[in-house]
Amino acid sequence: MLDALMKIFGKKEKSGDIAKNRLKVVLIHDRANVSPEVMEHLKTDIIQVISKYMEINQNDMEISLADDDDSVALVANIPVARMKHGK
Amino acid sequence: MSEIFVITSGKGGVGKTTTTANLGMGLAMRGKRVVLIDTDTGLRNLDLLLGLENRIMYDLIDVTEGRVPYKKALVRHKKVDSLFLLPTSQVKDKTAVDPEALVKLCNEMREEFDYILIDCPAGIEQGFKTAIAAADVAIVVTMPEISAVRDADKIIGELGRAEKDTIKLIVNRIRPQMVENGDMLGMDDINDILSIDCIGQVPDDEKVVTSTNRGEPCITMSDSLAGQAYRNIVGRLMGENIPFMTFPKPGFFEKLKHVFGH
Repeated sequence: MLDALMKIFGKKEKSGDIAKNRLKVVLIHDRANVSPEVMEHLKTDIIQVISKYMEINQNDMEISLADDDDSVALVANIPVARMKHGK
Repeated sequence: MSEIFVITSGKGGVGKTTTTANLGMGLAMRGKRVVLIDTDTGLRNLDLLLGLENRIMYDLIDVTEGRVPYKKALVRHKKVDSLFLLPTSQVKDKTAVDPEALVKLCNEMREEFDYILIDCPAGIEQGFKTAIAAADVAIVVTMPEISAVRDADKIIGELGRAEKDTIKLIVNRIRPQMVENGDMLGMDDINDILSIDCIGQVPDDEKVVTSTNRGEPCITMSDSLAGQAYRNIVGRLMGENIPFMTFPKPGFFEKLKHVFGH
C-alpha cells in the first residue's frame, strides 16, 4: 500500500536499478579497455565531422558504449540546433 | 598544515573504500579542501562509490610517470566542490606506482589541500607498502570478526615496522543487537585486544548499500546511522571531542513488525 502510494507520488528510482545500470556502463568500458581519454578524443572527432553538416549542441551531447545483446554498441545522442544548407 | 591519512585494513571487504569515500566527503562538507587518492590499481572502486566513474580522464599512473600534472588528473566532485578524486588505473597493476613518486606527489599536494586520504589496497604486499609510504597517520579499518581483527593486528605490526607510529582504529559493520546479546565482539573487546586508539564504531546499516548503489556516500544522508557515525569520526579527525554514539534499541514497532513478519 505504502509502496504503491510512493510510486504514485513519484518516488525516486530504486537504488538497486541505479546500481545495475551504473555497473553495466562501467563493465563495458572495463572489458573493452577503452580509456576515457580515447572516448574524449572520439567525441572531439565526431563533433568536427558533424559540424561540417549541421550545428550541434556540444554541451548536451552524450556518447557512450552500451550493451546491445551480444555486442557492444557505440551510442551517441547529439542534439541538432540547426542544419547547414548549401555552401 | 595538511595531514595525510592512509586507510588500510589487511583483509579485503571490511570497508576501506567506503570509509575513505565517507570521511573525504565529510571533511569536504565541513569546508576543508580534500583529495582522495585511490591506490588500488587494477581494482579501482573509489570512483564508483563517489559517482565519478564517468568523469575520469587521467589516472595516478599518468601522474607518477610524469605524463600529466596532477591537477589535470583530479576529478572534482559533482556536489561538493572542495572534494577531489585522483583515480588509479584499472588496467595496470600495483607495481606501476613508484612509492617515491607517490611521496613526492603527496608533498606537492600538501600545498593545495587540508587533507589527503589514501585508499590502500588489501594485502600486505607492495601495494600496501606504496600506499602507506607518504602517510602521517594510518587509519586501520576492521570488523567485529576474528579474521578481520587478526589481520588488523598484522597490519598494525607492519605499520610499526615501517615506522608509521600514529595509528587510529575504526570498527566497521557493528551489529549492536548482537553485541548486546554477547554474540559479537564489541568495540571495547577489540580495543582490549589491539590496544589502538579507536576513533569510531560504525553500525551495519542498509543505507550503506543503497547509498553506494547511487554513488552518494551515506554521510550525506541525515537519516543514516552509519552516516552519523562517520560524521562523528570526521569531527574527531578535526580535533573535536565527540562522545561515542549509543545505538537505539529496537522500538516497540520494530518488534511488532517482527511478530507479524513484516
